[in-house]
Amino acid sequence: MIPRHLQIAFGILLLAVLGMGFYVGRIRGRAQQAEPAADSRPVAPPAPGPTERVTLYVANDAGGILRAQAASIPLPYARQQRAEELLRALLDIYLGKDSPHPLAVGSEVRAVYLVDPGLVVIDLNAAFANGHRSGVLEEELTVTSIIQTLAANIPDILRVKFLVEGKERDTLAGHADLSTMYDTIAVSQLVAQMQ
Amino acid sequence: MGFSRSNAFRRLRLWARSRTATRVLALVLTIAIVPLHSADEKHIVIYAPGTTFSLPVTDRDGREYVGLLESVEPLGTVSARVDGTHWKLRYNDGESDFTASRNRARVRGHDMDFPGNFLLENNRGLVPLVSLGTLLPRILNASVSFNPVSRRLFVGNVATHFTAQLSKTTPPRLLMNFTAPVNPTIATEPGRLRMSFTREPLVAPGTPTLTFDDKSIPSATYLENNGVAEITVNGGTPLMASFSNDGRTITIAPVPQQPPGPPQAPAPAQNLPSAAVPGNAPKAVPANATHYYAVIDPSHGGDDRGVALSDSLAEKDITLSLARRLRQEFESRGIPTLVLRDSDVNVPLDERAAQTNTAHPTIYVALHAASDGKGVRLYTALLPSGVENNGPFVAWDTAQTRLLPTSKAAAQNVAAEFQRRQLPVRTLQAPLRPLNNLTTAAIAVEVAPASGDVADLTQPAYQQNVASGIATAIASMHNQLGGAP
Repeated sequence: MIPRHLQIAFGILLLAVLGMGFYVGRIRGRAQQAEPAADSRPVAPPAPGPTERVTLYVANDAGGILRAQAASIPLPYARQQRAEELLRALLDIYLGKDSPHPLAVGSEVRAVYLVDPGLVVIDLNAAFANGHRSGVLEEELTVTSIIQTLAANIPDILRVKFLVEGKERDTLAGHADLSTMYDTIAVSQLVAQMQ
Repeated sequence: MGFSRSNAFRRLRLWARSRTATRVLALVLTIAIVPLHSADEKHIVIYAPGTTFSLPVTDRDGREYVGLLESVEPLGTVSARVDGTHWKLRYNDGESDFTASRNRARVRGHDMDFPGNFLLENNRGLVPLVSLGTLLPRILNASVSFNPVSRRLFVGNVATHFTAQLSKTTPPRLLMNFTAPVNPTIATEPGRLRMSFTREPLVAPGTPTLTFDDKSIPSATYLENNGVAEITVNGGTPLMASFSNDGRTITIAPVPQQPPGPPQAPAPAQNLPSAAVPGNAPKAVPANATHYYAVIDPSHGGDDRGVALSDSLAEKDITLSLARRLRQEFESRGIPTLVLRDSDVNVPLDERAAQTNTAHPTIYVALHAASDGKGVRLYTALLPSGVENNGPFVAWDTAQTRLLPTSKAAAQNVAAEFQRRQLPVRTLQAPLRPLNNLTTAAIAVEVAPASGDVADLTQPAYQQNVASGIATAIASMHNQLGGAP
């Protein structure tokens, strides 16, 4: 026979455990509401300026080609912001559902700098480079797609340099050379072969 | 993607610092570097810790002017606004107020006079060039040294000094030691070797003319003009420069005379000077070494696995397997072949290029493997347009320029052979190192599965077919490549 006081104590402990479980469950539910699902894609801020028709050069893995794709996006007047918006639109395609050339989740262009006249420096984030699929053609499609999209829509871009997290990097994912400056004329000629 | 202007330039400065010494060494032996500006236009060059930049100088009423905002923009957080006839500049925490057509400004609470009027053109503030020497120390709150004649301005303690000492060895050598790595453009002409320093904050030695008691290298002169410092070494014989000590030492010496020997008919690639190797000294090829007609480069190796073709299959293993088969195919056709790695080791890209250039082969074949697509993709170097390697040195990054047509012909020939074998094939240019660093005809072969199944890549029959196709095509064009196997 279990003494009565032990039965009462056991009952209180059981209620306490159930109560704690309910409380923890609520807290976790609130935390999940506060932190949305892990989607680290960049959040596009509203871009001022009128909507303009632009040409994006979109890589397509199926045929290993680049396709010129018309798009209407709001573009600011400043060249630097225009470059950023163009790349944002391009990456939205690559990061979207049914992407023709998927990039790693969290891939982002951190910033675009227009340095010397004609020189553009594109700073990619670590997720972009570290998560990029390795392969000569896969990497080449990414690099040429970005360069040609900028060169086709922003006049007077002559050279493009890539950084990753603000630093130089030898290759994108083991193949495409990032140590050099890309000549947009040479890339345009290459893109003509890739269409 | 948001960022502040100051952050942007901080990142760029970090980028500039992070450029490795090997890159510097590679570029110093080039005659084609990215110029800061055209030689015909007037420019001022501003050297500051972590950055060097050039600005155009414009003439107004017979006086030289420069944009003030542009002069300080790369150095800190800057903004400017127009308020009527006033142009207000904010640099970091300091305010400056300029008035159009006036030669007085208020900078950080102090009135300052300068020679010539301030000009306001399309909301852009222009100041007389000579006034930078007095305005910038106050605006930047830093020490500034300015030479308006040569249009070179130094912010803070950034100067690079040098010494020159003649070593009376045989042959004599002029040792020039710099306090920081340098990367001059080098040009040679009869009787002199000229080094132009466009980005380095080089400052004059004690005397502009240095004399040495030697017939081969009698003197050197220093001069600076339009933002460029220049050292000219005068020589009684043709001179050459070599670099060491991470770009801090330049050694000038007479060009060695070729020893007499039996005449040879070298392949076109052999007529080119070897591109210098950044960082790694090229491995010397003994005088009696075999002349390799072909160099095979199995890409990746060691901790660089390349593409993960499957859970257990790495690109580096397929390329090595293909390389061994290709060597066998070449050698069965009497083609002496060098394989750059014959085991699972990591060979840096620069070293691969160095070994190839030093071996002076007629053709270089890099091997890659891919899981995507079908068949074979052939690549030649993607090079900047309009680059020419004229002169005694070859630019490391564009060493392939002169050989590119031959490389493309080789790629086309290999593609034709694969088509005959009914293998899907595609030719492209690609930004794929070390193709652009090579002074020989160079192609890269990326082998994808024949049917789309990655397992194809490990099939001996498929590998043999690919290797045989490459070897057959290369062997068939030895006349076009210019060397006999």
